[in-house]
Amino acid sequence: MSLTTPAAENSQEASARNRQLIEEVLKTYPEKAVKKRSKHLGVFEEGKPDCGVKSNIKSLPGVMTIRGCAYAGSKGVVWGPIKDMIHISHGPVGCGQYSWASRRNYYIGTTGIDTFVTMQFTTDFQERDIVFGGDKKLAKALDELQDLFPLNKGITIQSECPIGLIGDDIEAVAKTKTKEFEGKTIVPVRCEGFRGVSQSLGHHIANDSIRDWVLDKTAGKEPEWVSTPYDVAIIGDYNIGGDAWSSRILLEEMGLRVVAQWSGDGTIKELERTPKVKLNILHCYRSMNYISRHMEEKFGIPWVEYNFFGPTKIEESLRKIASHFDDKIKEGAERVIAKYRSMADAVIEKFRPRLAGKKVMLFVGGLRPRHVIGAYEDLGMEVIGTGYEFGHNDDYQRTSHDVKDGTLIYDDVTGYEFEKFVEKLEPDLVGSGIKEKYVFQKMGVPFRQMHSWDYSGPYHGYDGFAIFARDMDMAINSPVWALTKAPWKKD
Amino acid sequence: METNGETKSQNAENVLDHFHLFRQPQYLEMFERKKREFEDPTCSDEVERIREWTKTKEYRDKNFAREAITINPAKACQPLGAIFAAVGFEGTLPFVHGSQGCVAYFRSHFSRHFKEPSGCVSSSMTEDAAVFGGLNNMIDGLANSYALYKPKMIAVSTTCMAEVIGDDLNAFIKNAREKGSVPQDFDVPFAHTPSFVGSHITGYDNMMKGILEYFWDGKAKTVPPLVREPNGRINLIIGFDGNVVGNVREVRRILDLMGVDYLIVSDNSDVWDTPADGTFRMYDGGTKLSEISDALHSKATISMQSFCTPKTLPYIEKKGQETIGLHYPIGIAATDRFLQEVSRLSGKPIPESLEKERGRLVDAIADSSAHIHGKRFAVYADPDVALGITGFLLELGAEPAHVLATNADAAWEGKVRELFSSSPFGAGCQVYPGKDLWHLRSLLFTEPVDFMIGNTYAKYLERDTGTPLIRLGFPIFDRHHHHRYPVWGYQGALNVLVWILDKIFDEMDRNTNVPAKSDYSFDIIR
Repeated sequence: MSLTTPAAENSQEASARNRQLIEEVLKTYPEKAVKKRSKHLGVFEEGKPDCGVKSNIKSLPGVMTIRGCAYAGSKGVVWGPIKDMIHISHGPVGCGQYSWASRRNYYIGTTGIDTFVTMQFTTDFQERDIVFGGDKKLAKALDELQDLFPLNKGITIQSECPIGLIGDDIEAVAKTKTKEFEGKTIVPVRCEGFRGVSQSLGHHIANDSIRDWVLDKTAGKEPEWVSTPYDVAIIGDYNIGGDAWSSRILLEEMGLRVVAQWSGDGTIKELERTPKVKLNILHCYRSMNYISRHMEEKFGIPWVEYNFFGPTKIEESLRKIASHFDDKIKEGAERVIAKYRSMADAVIEKFRPRLAGKKVMLFVGGLRPRHVIGAYEDLGMEVIGTGYEFGHNDDYQRTSHDVKDGTLIYDDVTGYEFEKFVEKLEPDLVGSGIKEKYVFQKMGVPFRQMHSWDYSGPYHGYDGFAIFARDMDMAINSPVWALTKAPWKKD
Repeated sequence: METNGETKSQNAENVLDHFHLFRQPQYLEMFERKKREFEDPTCSDEVERIREWTKTKEYRDKNFAREAITINPAKACQPLGAIFAAVGFEGTLPFVHGSQGCVAYFRSHFSRHFKEPSGCVSSSMTEDAAVFGGLNNMIDGLANSYALYKPKMIAVSTTCMAEVIGDDLNAFIKNAREKGSVPQDFDVPFAHTPSFVGSHITGYDNMMKGILEYFWDGKAKTVPPLVREPNGRINLIIGFDGNVVGNVREVRRILDLMGVDYLIVSDNSDVWDTPADGTFRMYDGGTKLSEISDALHSKATISMQSFCTPKTLPYIEKKGQETIGLHYPIGIAATDRFLQEVSRLSGKPIPESLEKERGRLVDAIADSSAHIHGKRFAVYADPDVALGITGFLLELGAEPAHVLATNADAAWEGKVRELFSSSPFGAGCQVYPGKDLWHLRSLLFTEPVDFMIGNTYAKYLERDTGTPLIRLGFPIFDRHHHHRYPVWGYQGALNVLVWILDKIFDEMDRNTNVPAKSDYSFDIIR
């Protein structure tokens, strides 16, 4: 059954076992697919600069990829959380429906009046819109929104598949209406679902649309806005379950002024003012490195990646961020670290004995396949397998610093592979998404959703770490897992 | 959920969840500062003014004049329904031809409602396929999914991408079969399911008809069409139903009690209720493939939701069967009709045990009717579900004041009006086909009701308008396990009655629980 021999296993044995496992799993694929999938499966070797797998390549048809699409990357991830703008799902009804309020981007506001995140706006394309084009309908939709939601601060047009196929000119509509609405920001986004190979291109397209339709338009427009030497922007935190808040509080406590949140609980004004900050601090590298690089090139703003999962990484990150500032901030960072240390230690003291030695397999998007490893290690747990839904090679390079020799790596894992890997490696916990959750729970394997925090969170920052630790304990040590086998069936 | 006034910080012993954590003063101050200094917010008086304005008749008129933007619709797109129909067949893997993101969404949507895995594959078409067509995606996709997931049948539907570029499923599947993607005699029924036509219930209809046509009319010209040899069996088609797990089991119990020879065509009650016993089942239960062919010979077909089968039912009728279209039978009269039709078609009498169940339900309604009588309800759901709920409310002496279905047409409107006019409690009630939940928001402000019945999204209306919500329909993401309970049959109606009553009594208690002010009415006997 299980190939693991937990106590005695060293990394060489793990490597050999994992290579054998990959070979076994690949056997089921048709020949053509074996070649392609084999490049995405690998075993990390200590000292190598990446994880030895190919990434950001088209998913094979019919394999049950876990990936989504460019629309999901733009509307669902990057743009959707900007709370005072209206985001139109432009095209048929489905895309907007399935992504309606499902990502838990927390925000504060009066929904439907001055904020709109948990609403579903769609042009609900019918056959005639496909045949005759949807530009007129879009123009009318913008008029109606302006009329019914006078406090909206801008509108984005999130293209669904048909838009790019029927040759609509949403840019022209956006420009015309911007003039008519006296300069209102209206952003056409070409994030049709068939573009690219995953959500990832949607992030990039969304970043570019912010560059072209927000920053270019507004840079220098607000000379009276006074910046300070301690201004930063949080980039790539979507405030899932309040993540950006439990991060922001630490940055403020160390003396920084957080001018903008990109994009969880964010506003258009925050985006517009970001070109004046002193440092962009980047959590989700994958989805927002593009705009960070742009602001570096155009406005000379440096950016620094950080990791707010678990006390070890938080301490490291606070010091790293502080190193870009003067002693006041450096002392601030130390003060914050000292303030939270006893709480973090108490959390570890309580939960580590219940979690130490437990093995985890991850499959998530963005930054999490590497970023959460430190938090698990703070609790004495070990990540034995990880992979990215839509990572690129630079993600796998970064991952090489966080994983141990012999770790199983699976890029764009298929439903079949993931099931087989977990069946053989028998981890104590799987961390992945809603589509995977029930597969593994049926198998009797504890599971936490690591996209939505399984409706819990925040997991970022010190306050989030306590919740993270509690949740992992709750999942692994639930009495239910002892009940999956009927007593008369126990071996 | 409120804190007890003490300042709390995060701690290991009593971990504060998001709903407690962010109400602590350190966070409240942070939120206030963020808003004041960085968000450039609209002043709160203006927000309040607009909020009040959205409650007015003036706003309602503007809102109802909308032609182009849809806001918070209560409908999804075709392939979702196609998948729902497909997984009701034994060992069937739904395969959606087009962009892959759609399938990620469908799977998530079902998993969030049923709390179950939802197996489904995509042909992962990208830009090159948009230019050259998705034939190669079909060929490789069928080969891969056949090899990995070992289905007994693959049911192909489409996303709007494949529809816009005009991919031809019949030709593509034929081609893939010739290329050896699947064995020559492997079943691959299909249906075109464009998202820009109809809704998820249209997709259900298309896939159901697609599968029946495939099996009955010669498997896409690979075998001779079947010749009907009528027997006494009755087919049942369930329709798209969030309560399918409970409903199918209840229908089976009833029909078994009656001793009827029946066949449920597409039964997904098992695949969406698999046990946690250490084994993951991608497929479980379902209508056997051989039974799909057998279904042609049945005497009659009952569609439990005829707005889910507008093409399927006439197709079956043309084959020579009698067809009966119901509308999600909730309550006494709707269940009576269902049983009477079954009895008439099968020649089996309605057993005394069911008569007793009926009597018990009538008894329960009589016991409680004083609390429901005259209460005004807003209802929205898929067309058949809305009809079922409306009929039951009228039986209870409640007024279904606003009945709305985003994915409904004039025919449905007529059916609802018929129901209204069948009861004095329907006088003055209004029906709204094709409207969305932002329309309903205006209705709830300008013509308030006492309670609302709808799916999870209605909680936003409950928050904005204060109308207490009874959850029924699809999807229900924020309450667990209700889909395991039937709402059909006399037993099912009893469940609905209890859910409505629980909400009424909870509200009554909530409105009478202030000591020395209102708690004289805080009765222990209701």
